[in-house]
Amino acid sequence: MAHVAASAIYFLNLRGEIIVHRMYRDDVGRNLADAFRTQILQSKEQTGTPVRYLGSCSFVYTRYNNVYVLAVTKSNANAALAFKFLNELITLFKSYFGEFMEESLRNNFVLIYELLDEIMDFGYPQILTPEILKLYITQQGVKSESADKGAEVVDNKATLQVTGAVGHRREGIYYKKNQVYLDIVENVNLLMSAKGTVLRSDCAGKILMKCFLSGMPDLKLGLNDKLTVEKEGGARNDNKIIELDDVTFHQCVNLGRFSTDKTVSFVPPDGEFELMRYRITEGVHLPFRVLPIIKELGRTRLEVNVKLKSAFEPKYHALGVIVRIPVPKHTVKANIQVRGGGKAKYDAAQNCLVWKIKRCAGKKELHLEAEVELVSTTGEKKAWSRPPINLEFQVPMITASGLRVRFLKVWEKGGYKAIKWIRTLTKSGGDSGGQYEIRCN
Amino acid sequence: MSDGKFFTTTKKGEIADLKEELHSLDKAKKKDAVKKVIAAMTVGKDVSMLFPDVVNCTQTDNLEMKKLVYLYLINYAKTQPDIAIMAVNTFVKDSQDPNPLIRALAVRTMGCIRVDKITEYLCDPLQKCLKDDDPYVRKTSAICVAKLFDISPEIVEDRGFLDNLKDMLSDSNPMVVANAVAALAEIQDNSTKPVFQITSHTLYKLMAALNECTEWGQVFILDSLVKYEARDARDAESIVERVTPRLQHANCAVVLSSVKVILAQMDVITNTELIRTLCKKMAPPLVTLLSAEPEIQYVALRNINLIIQKWQNILTNDIKVFFCKYNDPVYVKTEKLEIMIKLASERNIDQVLLEFKEYATEVDVDFVRKAVRAIGRCAIALERSAEACINVLLELIQTKVNYVVQEAICVIKDIFRRYPNTYETIIATLCENLDTLDEPEAKAAMIWIIGEYAERIDNADELLETFLETFLDESTLVQLQLLTATVKLFLKRPTEGPQQMIQMVLNQATQETDNPDLRDRAYIYWRLLSTDPEAAKDVVLAEKPTISDDSNQLDADLLHELLQNIGTLASVYHKPPDAFVSRARVAVTRGEDLEEDPLGSGEEGEASDMADPTVAAAAPPAAETPAPAVAAVTDLMGDLMAPAAPSALAPVPAAAPAADPLGDLLGLDVSAAPAPVPMPVAAADPFALMDQSQPAAAQPKPILLDASKAQGLEIRGVLAREGGVVFWDLDFSNQSQSQLSGFQVQFNSNAFGFTPKPNGLADLVVPPGGSASAKLHMMPGGAPATALTNMLQVAIKNAQQPVWYFTPTIAVEQCFTEEGLLDRDAFLGMWKSLPDVNERTQMFPAANVPSVDTFTLKMRAHNVYFMAQRPVPGTNQIVTYWSSKLPQAVLLLEMTLQVGVPGVKCCIKSANPDYAPLAFMAVEKLLASATN
Repeated sequence: MAHVAASAIYFLNLRGEIIVHRMYRDDVGRNLADAFRTQILQSKEQTGTPVRYLGSCSFVYTRYNNVYVLAVTKSNANAALAFKFLNELITLFKSYFGEFMEESLRNNFVLIYELLDEIMDFGYPQILTPEILKLYITQQGVKSESADKGAEVVDNKATLQVTGAVGHRREGIYYKKNQVYLDIVENVNLLMSAKGTVLRSDCAGKILMKCFLSGMPDLKLGLNDKLTVEKEGGARNDNKIIELDDVTFHQCVNLGRFSTDKTVSFVPPDGEFELMRYRITEGVHLPFRVLPIIKELGRTRLEVNVKLKSAFEPKYHALGVIVRIPVPKHTVKANIQVRGGGKAKYDAAQNCLVWKIKRCAGKKELHLEAEVELVSTTGEKKAWSRPPINLEFQVPMITASGLRVRFLKVWEKGGYKAIKWIRTLTKSGGDSGGQYEIRCN
Repeated sequence: MSDGKFFTTTKKGEIADLKEELHSLDKAKKKDAVKKVIAAMTVGKDVSMLFPDVVNCTQTDNLEMKKLVYLYLINYAKTQPDIAIMAVNTFVKDSQDPNPLIRALAVRTMGCIRVDKITEYLCDPLQKCLKDDDPYVRKTSAICVAKLFDISPEIVEDRGFLDNLKDMLSDSNPMVVANAVAALAEIQDNSTKPVFQITSHTLYKLMAALNECTEWGQVFILDSLVKYEARDARDAESIVERVTPRLQHANCAVVLSSVKVILAQMDVITNTELIRTLCKKMAPPLVTLLSAEPEIQYVALRNINLIIQKWQNILTNDIKVFFCKYNDPVYVKTEKLEIMIKLASERNIDQVLLEFKEYATEVDVDFVRKAVRAIGRCAIALERSAEACINVLLELIQTKVNYVVQEAICVIKDIFRRYPNTYETIIATLCENLDTLDEPEAKAAMIWIIGEYAERIDNADELLETFLETFLDESTLVQLQLLTATVKLFLKRPTEGPQQMIQMVLNQATQETDNPDLRDRAYIYWRLLSTDPEAAKDVVLAEKPTISDDSNQLDADLLHELLQNIGTLASVYHKPPDAFVSRARVAVTRGEDLEEDPLGSGEEGEASDMADPTVAAAAPPAAETPAPAVAAVTDLMGDLMAPAAPSALAPVPAAAPAADPLGDLLGLDVSAAPAPVPMPVAAADPFALMDQSQPAAAQPKPILLDASKAQGLEIRGVLAREGGVVFWDLDFSNQSQSQLSGFQVQFNSNAFGFTPKPNGLADLVVPPGGSASAKLHMMPGGAPATALTNMLQVAIKNAQQPVWYFTPTIAVEQCFTEEGLLDRDAFLGMWKSLPDVNERTQMFPAANVPSVDTFTLKMRAHNVYFMAQRPVPGTNQIVTYWSSKLPQAVLLLEMTLQVGVPGVKCCIKSANPDYAPLAFMAVEKLLASATN
């Protein structure tokens, strides 16, 4: 039964108490939340693997805010499917009632039961696309009385829509002004040694779209990546051709066509969605370089010297740059001086010197020097582990990978002209993922 | 509007109030009351007493309320089956509602109510809904068939729902197809009959639906494709071609399932160029999974670990992506570490070592230890890089961080084992850290090193002496090691100092401790030393076999099975599904199952073992007895116990604890157990040896050729099997006056297609009045005879005599081959696919099986493999399933028996059922031997 994702889904608070749960099969007991609480949440063993086996049941769980979402199964379920289902479920709930938290789950339990009934049947995930579900499961509950003919027509359509090949878009959408927004957002990951050697760098990009288009438009996207450009034969003189390591696409993209003729063509869902993700490891332009020198002077003093260089063109600006320089736990205070911009202070909660630069132009060099005083501890035998420096930033207008949109064609039988907006952003750190790490030893 | 308020009523008399409100005429009030009931149900209050009142509300026009009432029914119908029937009318009515959402809701809910009476009423509406015009209703009905099968397989078969499902594979709507596939696959898993076989025709339809259905549906379809056996390489290629585009899907489950299908087909594909391309194509999507959520990363890493064990080249160039990020969860880091060790090669070792060194300075102690251990494992695996690894370890020892030093010493011991007499120069550095050691394992490792290199460490005696002072306070591990090291020291330097030490240690170990292992080992040494010091040297200082790092390496069969289960829990646990899924669902009463649930301590051990495979995995290299040595010991025992082959019974890790003390006992410290020393043999199991020799000596073999009929040549012999080869164990005796030589043998065509090994008896010489023995190998592969009997017509001649003919019977039980071991899926698949005409049955009224376990061993010894057993409901009988293979036919056996009671019914299924009568002869003999 490898298709099954779960026999039961539980939502538990941090104490392990049930907020809402739904049984899909009766091969698992109802007291499993107790088992989860006593054996997994309260266990001293801190391995914390997200898949656990207890008394002939498998527990697959994840945590979001103050809620554990737990899938239980007795069969050899598809674990990847189960996790993906849980993640999609969280996204779905968020799109229905904003926050995904204990409180909001309790406040919407009727709606949640209704959704749980719809998104999974007998342990098989069914439909989790928010846009589609909202067609027939509304926040206020379906108002239709079966006598009401008008509502019934909508319902009829809904069912066809739900199961149709273009399940992600309903018919008859109309906008006065047809617009497409396309954002390229790149997260740069870096792991650099203290000496400045790049141990690993890659760039995880996403193309986010917002479509306000009428009818059933066919879109075609052209990028400056090697595969598609070569396929089209032209544009060889274009010297900025890049090579994508891997691409994954939204359900709406015709994968068959991509694999045969390398075109990204799709009928977009209405509104916002993530069209594709890609990954690049070769030729990533690192927007920043960091050179740290951290000296431990005896047991009570630390000398920190960090040089930050912005490596992009001077006409662009980085925003919200935050450099976190770890210091030992027993730091008393730090005398910090910055040259070139930004403000820095010691943040005891994070055990870091936090250097914030609101705006930073390209090709600049900034310095931070600090003298850190430590409490002399006698008990602490172990050397300080020197965690890595961490960088957070956003640089609009550039892509670290060099990816560009060559064209975005919109074709619809109505024959309208769509307005296209294209933006790019390179960033790292923050909650979006992406880690820009420079080791200190 | 917030529904949270419904949770807040806690006053007394609540139930009575609710009852009243449920009967209210005000619709809004009624609806609120239902919500309150559901809220109470959610927090775990028992509201089953309101059942009749809630059922009353089923007749409503309000869809939201209807759904809540149905939810209540699903939860409580079982407790009140009689009243639940009141809801049936509504269900039936709803299943004909003009609104497809309501039709589907009715069918979906009815399937979840497991009350027999309701199930009966489910059939007609379901029949209609399976043919509904609306695809949404059809896709819901498809799943409902699976639900119904779970309640009552008979109804599903009787009402022909299976055919409906099969028809749905051709449905125009892809989601209906996907759900039908899911339902059929599940039914197949729980059915003994062939229900869902993917033929090339259905394959085409599935492929078409794959392109159009939802991401979840794609997973259902891909997962069922794994079972499809391609007809030939071209067929496989076309499947792969259709599936490869799925690797680009954003859903991780789709990606992993596609990888699974592609890997399965790669076994069939012969075009090496294509295989190389496929490997190249699969790598990037796998790497991309590592940027997903940590939980998905974890699943991906566990799977990558499996994949690279078979296809290492897929990711060799990508080792960098497995470098740990500082903020990765520990469970992700641990898996990455494991993969880095597997991918480490001489080409990338420098980089890898830098990483490991970095990890060894991190905060998490467990992870640091694993990192140190990883360096040691690389040293053992990569001979040319060993020195680089050791240098890193030495650097780490310089940090003086206590647990790093101790872990480093433990792995250095293993490195010394792997490369003896190569790196002793570092011993001095190790000795500097002697006094910081406080963990038994590290102490024991250090002591082992001192003992092993006692002749080169000038102050070895002093070093050991410091440990000896606290001998009685040490843990057993350290005591055993001290004992052995002292003996080694004495043997290498038989001077006065060591002599005193050994005297003291032997005294203490034999008189002042209660530990039998320690005491016995001390006695053995004592006796060895006092009787023959030279022999003691041979034993204690014997050369040890080299070790290798095969921890966390799965055996080929398991790996194959797990690769078929990519993405599933089995692939996460690295255990076959049968190890954690109880398939005999019917046999388990669900209530009991629940009681002994997760809190049982026995289960817990298993659970933690499963949860963190690396704990168990890390143990073997560190344990006293490295894996190869274990194998050696078990082999030894295996040989003694002859065909029972116990080494096959337990995987090596499980055997370790048993074999461990054995090796230790002999003071081979790291258990070298060289064969020339007779001791270990006797120690292993002195009785086994006798057991084995007695029957062989006592019973003369049956006469095949009588001397009176063959001019004084007598041949006795039995058919035996050893090491996968069938042979005649023949004794010749010559009562004639002349020497007999130049023997030649010929078989007439026989049931098993055996031919004698060419010139198999060419070397045989039988002197006059003397005798000789020979083993005549029976080579399979000849054309089998048309008449299948167990008779073998043999013609034998020699240079001195005419041709003699004789007709012995073939002991069929010796002819089952090792290939008879099927995996469960194969067994099940075959069992289901064979029609009844291929079935033969025979009763053995006298046979009596006193214990299934010993019978299983006996059968296994003859290559009849136990598959499964289940009780026959309502009786004390059990049904057991076995697989076996004769050279010409795979035979599937089903034996119905009751332990300790005479009478066994045996049923054999085979594609070649003509061999069944022969197999029955074997079964009869095996049963008879079990009875005695």
